[in-house]
Formats: sequence, structure tokens, C-alpha cells
Amino acid sequence: MPQPPLPVPPWRRAIAQVGRSAKGGLRALADVPTWRPHLVPQMRRLGVDSVPIGLFIAVFTGIVLALLASYIFTGAIPLYFVGALVGKTIMMELGPVLTGMALAGRVGASIAAEIGTMRVTEQVDALETLGYNPDAYLTVPRVLAAMLMFPVVTAFAMAIGVLSGWITAINLLDLTSQEFVKGLRQFYQFKDIWFGLLKSASFGGAVALMGCLRGLRSRGGAEGVGESTTRAVVLGCEAILVLDAFWALVLL
Amino acid sequence: MIEVRDLSKRFGSKEVLRGLTLDVPDGENTVVIGYSGTGKSVLLKCIIGLLLPDEGTVTLDGQVVSDLEPEDLSVLREKVGYVFQFAALFDSLTVEQNIRLGLARRNLDEDTIQERVREALDVVQLDGAGDKYPGELSGGMRKRVGLARAIAPRPKYLLYDEPTTGLDPVTSASMNQLMCRTRDLGVTGVIVTHDMQSAFVAGDRIAMLFEGAIRQVGSVDEMRASDDPVVSQFIEGRPDAPAPGRTQQ
Repeated sequence: MPQPPLPVPPWRRAIAQVGRSAKGGLRALADVPTWRPHLVPQMRRLGVDSVPIGLFIAVFTGIVLALLASYIFTGAIPLYFVGALVGKTIMMELGPVLTGMALAGRVGASIAAEIGTMRVTEQVDALETLGYNPDAYLTVPRVLAAMLMFPVVTAFAMAIGVLSGWITAINLLDLTSQEFVKGLRQFYQFKDIWFGLLKSASFGGAVALMGCLRGLRSRGGAEGVGESTTRAVVLGCEAILVLDAFWALVLL
Repeated sequence: MIEVRDLSKRFGSKEVLRGLTLDVPDGENTVVIGYSGTGKSVLLKCIIGLLLPDEGTVTLDGQVVSDLEPEDLSVLREKVGYVFQFAALFDSLTVEQNIRLGLARRNLDEDTIQERVREALDVVQLDGAGDKYPGELSGGMRKRVGLARAIAPRPKYLLYDEPTTGLDPVTSASMNQLMCRTRDLGVTGVIVTHDMQSAFVAGDRIAMLFEGAIRQVGSVDEMRASDDPVVSQFIEGRPDAPAPGRTQQ
């Protein structure tokens, strides 16, 4: 009598699932004719349209950092260190992370809601019946666009954040422009910038991927899409924090 | 030819299809009728590979759908058009762009694509609507655009999911005519519906799906004369005597 097959352990199923997903992702990435026409429109939508929110956050972050640094340093550390703290913190941490968080809300929610609606209205099924790979058509251009454009938005945010900290320092603190720049330059390393931009590229990829995956897994109607959207934003923010720690461990 | 053999499909604890077997001959419209929620749309999605069966096989154009690699499945799908119940048009694209989308995968030159789009819009009597967005169209027009998108690539097979549901009688009749016309052009059709008027007009054969399997299949006349109580009750639309074994919803 034939023996019933042994149950597959969960870890093997998980590895198999990861393998299938990776294979599917590579297949979608190789389908260049499908995703290429959508890349630039997605870069404009996810990146260019996100610049105002990135700048808004950066302005106020710069102001608060300058005031906070002055409050901490007064009487203990020379005030020109305000420039160093504002520059280092904005370029290496707050610029990428706060911009990433804001875009996780804007971009992650927008992607999940759009693709989720397409899923529940059978538009994703329609794509498949027309011979398209939905991952190549929907996921790849969004993930690539976010990876390319998050660093651009973050770069603007870094510049504006430092500028607003500078303006705050010379107008509200007992600090000259030369002193602020001295602090800024004294501890500046090129790594500060590329470290921040590299992180923001990974944040963009993670946020867009979460939005796409949750959108594609939407079920039901409006409630299902709403749930997917919320999950996409939460997962996007969590991914940013995990990646932030990962890059700090690996590169610092 | 489409051959469905011992097809079973389960969603959680609910077994929707239970060993369904059906042959769809070439060049004919086979209508699948049945109560709501009995798995008619699931059957269509298994035929085109949108859902994978738990057991059994679907052979489409000589290929077992569930055995195909994604690339081969995409190639096979180029032979199939699918008309969705709610049209499933891409709402960010115009009518013309929706129709073009299916043609863009087929290595056609621009002149041929334009000709096919014009021809498809002409068939569904929507000339001049190419620049409109789906949100600007009525339900009937959207369904016709869905049909235009499905027929533009000139598929060998067409799968219709409730093509006349929600349409007024005149638009329904027009949709029935279109389904007959595509059949006359040699396209093999599978029409899922519970609109018996549509089944009688557009169908060559009718199969009744009941409790996850085909209860009876035959020509339109054979089904009309059926002495099976389940089939005759459904065809005649008699509410008085619930079909045996069917839970009232």
C-alpha cells in the first residue's frame, strides 16, 4: 500500500515561495518592452509630484534641528557645531528617513489603492488575458521609478533642510553665517550624502514594492482596497525603519 | 477545442467545482448556464489559466493549461479573448488605448493596429467613441468596448462572462447578435450566462452546471425538451419547486 506523502515543513514552503517570487521578479524585470513605456510617467508621478511634501518636511526639520542644537550646545559646546549637527543629521538620517516616511504615506498608499482597485475590478485579470505579465506592467515600473526618484526628492530635501537650518541659525540664534558654514564643513564627508541617497533608494524600492504587493493581493471591494492601502503604508514605514538600521550596521 | 476533465476547484472549505467534465467543440458557441455562485466564472478562469485547478485538467488548443510555464501561457492566451462581466476596462486609458493594449503584444505594424481598432469599434457600433474614457460610457457601451478589446486581436477562442447581464433588452439583443457573428467567423465561444434568451439565441449547445458538475449538456432543442427537473426548472425559470439538493439562498 503506498505511503501518504510526508507533510512539507513550513520553512521549506517559505523558501520555495521566496524562490518562486524571486524567479517571477526576474522574469518581470527581463520583460523590458512591457515596463519601459511606463517608467518615465511613474517617475513623474511618484517623484516629481512628491517634491513639495518632501520640501515642506525638510524646511521645518531644519528649523527645529538648528533650535534644538542651540538649546543642547549652549554653555557646553561651541555654537558653530550647530552647522555640523544640522548637516550631518539631515544628510545622513532625517532627510532620507522623514522623506521616506512621508512618501510611504503618499506613494505607498497611492500605489496600493490604484492596483488594489484594478485587482478588485478585474483589470489585473484583464491584463493577464491580454498576454501581459502584471508584475512587468504594474510592479517593475513603479519600483524602479521609486528607487530612482526617492533619492532625487531626498537630495532636494537635504539641500532645503540644511538651508532652512542655516537661515534659522543666523536669524534666530547668536550665530554668524561663517560660523554655521564652518561647523557644516568641518565634519562633512562625501559619504554623508551618498549614504543618505543610497538609503533613500532602498526606501523607495521597499515602499513601492509593499504598495504593489498589497494592491495585487486586495480582495473584496472598497473595504479590501482600504485595508490593503493601510497595510501598504504600515509595511512601507516598517521596511524603512528596518532598512535604516540595516544600512547603519553595514555602512557605518 | 477545449476539453475540461474532472475539474475540481475549492476556495477554503467551499468546493465550487467537483469533477467537472465538458468538451467545447471548435466553431460553436457553448453556453454554460447555472445558478448564481455555482462556479461558472470559476470555470472560465480555469480555462484561461487565471485560476489553477486543484484537480483535473483543462486542455486548450491541445495544451494542458496548468502545465504551461508563464511565457507559454502568455502565448496561448494570445489565441483567447475574454469578455469580463463588468468589462474590466482600464479606466486610465481611452477606449482606443484599451483596444490597442491587446494588439500591442502581437508584433503588428501601426497601420494594422489602427485598422483592427477601427474594425473592432465598427463591429460593436461604437465608431467615434475611441477618444472617450470608460468613465464617460454607459454600462452597455462599456460591455461592447470589452467585447471590442477581446475580438480585436482576432482570437480563436472567446470566453464571455455574463455578457448580457445588466443590459437593456435592445442592447442584449445586439450583444447576442455580436456573439453569433463572431461564431460565424469561426471563433469558438464559451458563454457563461443565466439569461436564457441569450443562451437560446447565441448558443449552439447548452451545458447546465449544477452542484459543481455538468448536469446535462445538449443542443438548444435538446435542453429545451429536457425532462431533468433541475434543468427544466432553471430553463423555465420556475420559482415554485426548488431544485433537489440545492440549498435555498
